[in-house]
Amino acid sequence: MTITINHFLILSFLLFAIGFFGVLVRRNFLTVLMSIELMLNAVNINFIAFSRRLSDLTGQVFSVFVITIAAGEAAIGLALTISLFRQRKTLNVEEANTMKG
Amino acid sequence: MKDLLWLVPLFPLAGFLVNGVLYLISHRTRGEAADAHGSQGAPALAAAPAPSVHGENPAHTHAGSSAHDPAGHSPIPLKTAHTVVGTVSVGLSCVFAFLAILDVGIGRLSEGAAHVVTLYRWLPLGVNQAVGQVHGPAGEWFVDAAFRLDSLSALMIAFVTFVGFLIHVYSVGYMGHEEGYGRYFAYLNLFMFSMLLLVLGANFLLLFVGWEGVGLCSYLLIGYFYDRDAAADAGKKAFVVNRIGDFGFILGIFGIFSLFGSLDFGKVFPAAAAHPSAYAPYLTLVCLCLFVGACGKSAQFPLYVWLPDAMAGPTPVSALIHAATMVTAGVYMVARCNVLFRLSPDALLVVAVVGGFTALFAATIGVAQNDIKKVLAYSTVSQLGYMFLACGVGAFVAGMFHVMTHAFFKACLFLGSGSVIHALGGEQDIRKMGGLASKIPVTYRTFLVATLAIAGVPLLAGFFSKDAILAAAFEAHFASAPWLGRVLWAAALFTAGLTAFYMLRLVSLTFWGKFRGGTEQEAQIHESPRSMTVPLIVLAFLSVVGGYVGIPMVRGGDRIGEFLHPILLPLAGAGAHTAAHEAAASTEALLMAASVAAAAIGLALAYVWYAKGEGAVPARIAARFPGVYRAVSNKYYVDEAYDSVFVQGLAKGGGRFLWDFDATVVDGAVNGTRHVTVGLSWLSSFFDQYVVDGLVNGVANTLQAGFRGFRRAQTGRVQNYALVMGGGLFCLVAVYLLFR
Amino acid sequence: MKVQATDWLLLSPELFLTAAGMILLASSVFVGKAKEELFGFLSVLMLGITGVLLVFVSTMPERAHGPILGGMFVVDNFALFFKFLVLLAMVLTVLASVRFVGEAPYPGGEYYALVVFSGVGMFFMASGSNLISIYVALELMALASYVLAGYFKGEIKSTEAALKYFILGAFSSAVLLYGLSLVYGLGGKMGLADLARLYTGTQRTNAIALGILMILAGLLFKIAAVPFHLWTPDVYEGSPTPVTAFFSVGPKVAAYAIFARIFYVAFPKFQADWGLIVALVAAATMIWGNLAALLQTNVKRMFAYSSIAHAGYALLGVLGFQTKFGMWGVLVYLLAYTLMNFGAFALIIFLEAKGYAAESVSDFDGLAKRNMPAAVVMLLFLLSLAGIPPTAGFIGKYYLFTAAMDAGYAWLAIIAVLASAVSLFYYFRIAAAMFFTDGVSAKIPVSYALTAAVIICAVGTLVIGVAPESVLDVLHRCVPSKY
Repeated sequence: MTITINHFLILSFLLFAIGFFGVLVRRNFLTVLMSIELMLNAVNINFIAFSRRLSDLTGQVFSVFVITIAAGEAAIGLALTISLFRQRKTLNVEEANTMKG
Repeated sequence: MKDLLWLVPLFPLAGFLVNGVLYLISHRTRGEAADAHGSQGAPALAAAPAPSVHGENPAHTHAGSSAHDPAGHSPIPLKTAHTVVGTVSVGLSCVFAFLAILDVGIGRLSEGAAHVVTLYRWLPLGVNQAVGQVHGPAGEWFVDAAFRLDSLSALMIAFVTFVGFLIHVYSVGYMGHEEGYGRYFAYLNLFMFSMLLLVLGANFLLLFVGWEGVGLCSYLLIGYFYDRDAAADAGKKAFVVNRIGDFGFILGIFGIFSLFGSLDFGKVFPAAAAHPSAYAPYLTLVCLCLFVGACGKSAQFPLYVWLPDAMAGPTPVSALIHAATMVTAGVYMVARCNVLFRLSPDALLVVAVVGGFTALFAATIGVAQNDIKKVLAYSTVSQLGYMFLACGVGAFVAGMFHVMTHAFFKACLFLGSGSVIHALGGEQDIRKMGGLASKIPVTYRTFLVATLAIAGVPLLAGFFSKDAILAAAFEAHFASAPWLGRVLWAAALFTAGLTAFYMLRLVSLTFWGKFRGGTEQEAQIHESPRSMTVPLIVLAFLSVVGGYVGIPMVRGGDRIGEFLHPILLPLAGAGAHTAAHEAAASTEALLMAASVAAAAIGLALAYVWYAKGEGAVPARIAARFPGVYRAVSNKYYVDEAYDSVFVQGLAKGGGRFLWDFDATVVDGAVNGTRHVTVGLSWLSSFFDQYVVDGLVNGVANTLQAGFRGFRRAQTGRVQNYALVMGGGLFCLVAVYLLFR
Repeated sequence: MKVQATDWLLLSPELFLTAAGMILLASSVFVGKAKEELFGFLSVLMLGITGVLLVFVSTMPERAHGPILGGMFVVDNFALFFKFLVLLAMVLTVLASVRFVGEAPYPGGEYYALVVFSGVGMFFMASGSNLISIYVALELMALASYVLAGYFKGEIKSTEAALKYFILGAFSSAVLLYGLSLVYGLGGKMGLADLARLYTGTQRTNAIALGILMILAGLLFKIAAVPFHLWTPDVYEGSPTPVTAFFSVGPKVAAYAIFARIFYVAFPKFQADWGLIVALVAAATMIWGNLAALLQTNVKRMFAYSSIAHAGYALLGVLGFQTKFGMWGVLVYLLAYTLMNFGAFALIIFLEAKGYAAESVSDFDGLAKRNMPAAVVMLLFLLSLAGIPPTAGFIGKYYLFTAAMDAGYAWLAIIAVLASAVSLFYYFRIAAAMFFTDGVSAKIPVSYALTAAVIICAVGTLVIGVAPESVLDVLHRCVPSKY
């Protein structure tokens, strides 16, 4: 069996879906953060697969940008983790619901 | 002079700005002085006039309180400045209005000449793309800031500025001792500006600007005594009801824009007149939308409920805004669009029926009211109904004629009632009045003259205009319902009798007989100052002679008809409404006799029952038909219908629910059901309210459930939000897949 | 693809602003809490210089040469309009923040630096003509915004706002990014002009459609349209009020810029497919935003829903992109919205004594007695937000509704009119509280910077309402050309 671009796309879609549902269902903020990272990296697979297939470097460049931004996002996310934990002594995002309605 | 037309609205605007700035400056300095006093701030506050306990005008109870200005500023020059700026600006505006009219020439105006003064291009809309147009003028789209002087707007600005000026003068005396004198004049000047903008605007958009402007001033002035809950609530109510009207009006404007590709009167109406068959099919909807707007502003059924409550504002405001000028804006607008309305017989039919019904409905309520201003308020609603009836039967001239005469006598009546209230130190209940004729003779005489004028006594102003309407209704021929004209005529005739009855009832309870208040109060009764009586005399004079511009039957006597004819001209071949107007002189004399008889019967009954019999007969009648009496004196429970919905909504909504919301969405439905129910309870006065309550509860509960839904969607949990977003994405994809 | 020296000159406002942000950030280490007003003045100065640079750039003839830096950015009139608008929002934010930041127990330099960085992101968004640059700019704006929302790191609400904004923002941008990657697969192109050539509308493969729809979803999140709006009320309530004011205009305006770029320039041929979707979203947004706002007693939440509703109105213009008024109307409306919405928020800030209270409608009680000018100006903003003439809001709505009618969405225009009629009720509640109710007469501290912000907004709102012609002409020249 040869690996075609469709395999990459399916892989990336699955990873993206896992991350997507991870954001929706995991209660721990750190896990949510990791799920978001998973989504971003699924996108990277897409970009690189397309880049390879279309013989165009832009996609790979974009994935480098995405990695950089993911790092920035992680930094902010971790800072928020600390802030959240200091105030509530928990990382359960469900409990952050003082504002509603 | 005619090119200086823009000065007419400009003067009140300048007056507003100057007065506003003066007020702000004085307010600011006084406020800072009070702050500087620090702990002495409380005595300073106490020294300021406390809210009036028993009436709107605390002036006489602690007259001269403004002299004890907490900051020690001399308020006299400031007050003089407010007075001068407020009245002179409107006076100048009046002078320039007349100059402009004379300059264009009354003769030329009555030949259909329209003088348009364009100030600048307000909204450039670029080149026409002709979407949804039937026969729109090709070329550039734009909306100008332009004023249009033709015979219709000339008539309006003439009496608006003149009556407005008189009421400003009156206010000097009436409001002299009130807190926020400057604020009052600033609002009043802003009102005059907006009203003139409304009347002079040369396109629908400018008309709309004025329309919203007068509305805003109306709320501000109704709520002027904002330390009184009733006033603030009335302001809110006016706001709520007018939203419904404005919604219709905006839709109507949109409709006109999409039909004609322009909002300029000078383009829309000729286009409609030139291609009647092309536009007619769409115009019914447009006209009905416009009429909804008119109903809101001019207090027609079912949107009339705000007007009686609006009487919580100062009396000169009631006279100016809620009787003489603003509330007639709806009639003006319908008359302005008469070309469109004439093309839609169905819309005219609705206008006529709503107008006729409102006239009768409000008149019956007026019979059983005991607040002097409430009687006048329902009378105003009723008279506005007459005006719409006139428009609906195609007699736009008669409608506008009545607008003018009504402005004179109703302003006179309101100002007279203000003078009475002033004399009695804030008393408004006519059951506690009586015998005032000898104590305040000027007020009495002017009030009586205006009463006779509104009652339709021959040779007074109201007689001619009302008679014109009745005649037009009698001769109206509706293609879809040929009998309707006669029915409307009968209703209007009965209303005329009722009007005469309740107005003379008002006079006899107020001025005749013995004084029914306390002796201490009696000793203090005094005639009002000159600044208040002079406007009364002028208005009473106009109530007598104001009708002579439109005498029917006499050749050349119907000058107002000739004057307005070019604008309110029936279209050639536009349909059924043109033929009916040339009635035989004998018929006309007969109709006139009928209306005189109706007025005479009304006056006589009121005289016999109230002046002679001191109310014994009416009391017996009320005792005999308790259900009817209760329904009428409680204004057919319409207000209760609003309240029950809205109070329940409020209470059960856990206090978060707001009054305004229920009123908007449900009032239509609930009002309807309530009216049906009330009608049934006429037959059997204890027809249960279970149905109504059930419906009201049902609607309120449904609404709350819906609203809880909105709040519940906002759970505060971030992952629920993400889930909704994910669901939203799937919806986007689903819609794409299903409908592409 | 060659990079010219003038390219850098064309980007000088952005470059200068980046440097300014770094200077602010670095110098905040050396300046104590007591002298923090300096940062406010420094920021205004820097923003002023940026404004001068923008004017300079707008006169450069090199702008006409097309995209710069290898097609990454374009400095057309459209971009300049948005940059000026964002600059206006930043200036207003800084002015409105001076008193507030001074009172807050957190370092002020960081605050201004974050506002500036967020603004740099918006500048790049306005200029972006390549999906890469657009995405990076979007993230730059968003990352700075997350931190701004949580600026009061000791407050539970502020942290919660940041948390929600962060999770949902990152989530939505991941979705958007996935959409970008699918679009990239169309032909290996990222430039908007290339995409416009590639995407003929006939390749209706579901992968491409899915990609475009995911981009759409990501952008709808940024402009807070239903059903992607749920973050808005919570984030607006929890963030410090000047930040809320900034959020309510800046990111939305910038998001509309890329919305227009992507859907007007790159995928105009997709309109037939997304028209109905956006129409439904617009209807839902207007209805939900206005009805939900009716229920609020917290003014910040009320204005959050109000801004959701306003996003719905602006979508009418998006629908009418192909008609004359569509894009023009969006530009007019965004300008009007920035002025009036920020003005209203500036007055909320004005009333806040402690800087961070649950501001209920009753805080406006009796404002007319306490401070008549403030009440009058607030009334002006409320009238404008409700779309009553003669105010800027009316002009904007007029264009948008006309655009919707032209584009054949008459039903949507009627819903919009009805929705605006409903909106009057909650705006009027504030007006009624100001004019018809007595309130406690607390002394309101005066801040000259804040007063300046209010005056700018009020004058703009009124001038655009009364004599809009010249402004409208300028904006008409900012409508982008299609490639």
